[in-house]
Amino acid sequence: MSRTDVRKTYKLYIGGAFPRSESGRTYLVNDFSGALLANAAKASRKDARDAVKAARAAFSGWSDRTAYNRGQVVYRIAEVLESRRAQFEVEVAAATGASGAQARAEVDAAVDRLVWYAGWTDKIAQVAGAANPVAGPYFNLSSPEPSGVVAVVAPDSALLGLVSVVAPLIAVGNTCVVIASQAAPLVAITFAEVLATSDVPGGVVNILTGEAAEIGPWLASHMDVNGLDLTGVADADLATDLEAAAADNLKRVRRAGVEDLSASPALDRMTRFLETKTVWHPMGL
Amino acid sequence: MSTTFDYAPAPESRSIVHIRPSYGLFIGGEFVDGRGQGFKTINPANEDVLAEISEATEADVDAAVTAARKAFRSWSRISGAERGKYLFRIARIIAERSRELAVLESIDNGKPIKESRDVDVPTVAAHFFYYAGWADKLEHAGFGPDPRPLGVAGQVIPWNFPLLMLAWKIAPALATGNTVVLKPAETTPLTALLFAEICQQADLPPGVVNIVTGAGDTGRALVTHADVDKVAFTGSTEVGKAIARAVAGTHKKVTLELGGKAANIVFDDAPIDQAVEGIVNGIFFNQGHVCCAGSRLLVQESIADEVLGRLKARMATLRVGDPLDKNTDVGAINSAEQLAKITELSGVGEAEGAERWSPACELPAKGFWFAPTIFTGVSQAHRIAREEIFGPVLSVLTFRTPKEAVEKANNTPFGLSAGIWTEKGSRILWTASRLRAGVVWSNTFNRFDPTSPFGGYKESGYGREGGRHGLEGYLQ
Repeated sequence: MSRTDVRKTYKLYIGGAFPRSESGRTYLVNDFSGALLANAAKASRKDARDAVKAARAAFSGWSDRTAYNRGQVVYRIAEVLESRRAQFEVEVAAATGASGAQARAEVDAAVDRLVWYAGWTDKIAQVAGAANPVAGPYFNLSSPEPSGVVAVVAPDSALLGLVSVVAPLIAVGNTCVVIASQAAPLVAITFAEVLATSDVPGGVVNILTGEAAEIGPWLASHMDVNGLDLTGVADADLATDLEAAAADNLKRVRRAGVEDLSASPALDRMTRFLETKTVWHPMGL
Repeated sequence: MSTTFDYAPAPESRSIVHIRPSYGLFIGGEFVDGRGQGFKTINPANEDVLAEISEATEADVDAAVTAARKAFRSWSRISGAERGKYLFRIARIIAERSRELAVLESIDNGKPIKESRDVDVPTVAAHFFYYAGWADKLEHAGFGPDPRPLGVAGQVIPWNFPLLMLAWKIAPALATGNTVVLKPAETTPLTALLFAEICQQADLPPGVVNIVTGAGDTGRALVTHADVDKVAFTGSTEVGKAIARAVAGTHKKVTLELGGKAANIVFDDAPIDQAVEGIVNGIFFNQGHVCCAGSRLLVQESIADEVLGRLKARMATLRVGDPLDKNTDVGAINSAEQLAKITELSGVGEAEGAERWSPACELPAKGFWFAPTIFTGVSQAHRIAREEIFGPVLSVLTFRTPKEAVEKANNTPFGLSAGIWTEKGSRILWTASRLRAGVVWSNTFNRFDPTSPFGGYKESGYGREGGRHGLEGYLQ
């Protein structure tokens, strides 16, 4: 006898909770072959603002954690993702039409990337910081600090793309608001379930689904956002508009560029959203 | 009855400086006339005209960028060691001609000779010397095994530290193999033009450094030029934002070093005499024309009266006047326009209810002058607590707890610098880690060094100048 399965409602992920869009809107998400997968929430300006508020509220607690502790949490995300890999393989394949082997490879790469960044949390300060030999009797030390709240347009690569933009941000202590791939938003929300069960404090990562062209400008011009990562913006005019809007409060902007997300990452996804603080103190008796 | 000896004037001779009646643009290794209207640069201490300066039009800027592009082909290909040797040469010539540069800087800018002589010019030479040494070590700098230059850098600098800001821009750009077109501020072009002569003396290949003079239009033409790969700007936050908008959607890499409203926090256990010296240095150094000036004094309530009493006594000893007098502590305001802005904002401070105080001090009849000023009873809502005054004007606020101090210090869109005064080490580190500012001076203020990264958080800009970090903005 056949059983009627229980379908999941895909909602947003804001402040550690899974609310529907306050606008009440959804949009149809089909699989690669055009069959209905689900109705995803279509986030609004208000949702974007709520997400920024949650990210800001989470920032001081997250950035004040020890680097070791942040590493533990990011590693925990990898563990939980690995344990749910079967589900992600199915969802990635459904969203993209990837073969079983391709989907497995994408989940592998996503887990490995999380592990890679987990290890960076307590090393980046030693690579990006410096003890500066000033010409005088002063102790002088430069250390990196997170920029704050970063808004991200995630690339279309369903899981690896999302992990590749989020992991470096949170590894170094930023909090973020992510606009998930418009074409493959369901994997992102399932990934939010991983985050929610991995000791990541609510608000550290907030995930919106919907149209980047609609929500992006509100985030780019938001005066309480410190950085903007345009990785997933394919439309050059939109990218230019978002970068120009980001100038209102001089957000740090990472432009979209050609990049192979499956390649081994450089440090720039971390360093782009790090500030350098230099502290001086006199030496003497 | 106590007696004091009056100071006798101790003027530095200006005979070492030969200012030409007029200056052209420095393009492709030669001085050429600009196609614009031309303008005068004046001595802000007496309003005498110093020289006629060429104004670069869009066509002139284009010629300069073309010269820089042409020079880039060979400059980026010669070995780092060879590039470094040119920079070492420049550092040496700056040291050799340091007195001349210091006097010229004080004449054109209005800053006291003891600052141009002891701070600006030595730091300029040190900056070139520091980056000269990087030129052949870039593959070890942590920016990949084969770091490449960007191309042509368009650089726009302010009038408060004309030669020092030039050094901060040109030294790392050249060390990394870029060529530059630099626009000095319209009120202080002279030391940049003398630097052009130094480039000639050093036999720097033509076009590696180009200097275009002019005002906002010239700067705009430079940063929006399609063949400029890198924009470096130091100046106001307003212009910085306009530049960030203008480069949106282009390939240009940008670094911005903008305004500030730094908190200088004095805790109740601070060494008070040292703190008072630091407060004075923080806001009256260079007439307060300092983006990282400690323009908001946050003093713990329990010691506020004592600190203010000693601060006022110290301020009464500041000598305001002739920039070329070696005794002068506070020189001339750089321009009539800046004086008007300082005067206006100080008026606003009074109108909004803050209490204004200046020591008795005689100001020269000619030139642009503003007495060292403090405002007490300032609230966070007052414009003088929020806006950059860029003059010798200090706003004093109080706090009760360290947490309140940090909150007030961070309550600004800026984030360039901050100061902390306390004898307790753990409190310094606690406070420093919570301040959202790029440079934190603890038990000192306004220290600069070529090895020390400098730059802001938030609306004070992005990118760092100085140190290994300063290379990043000039590499791919």
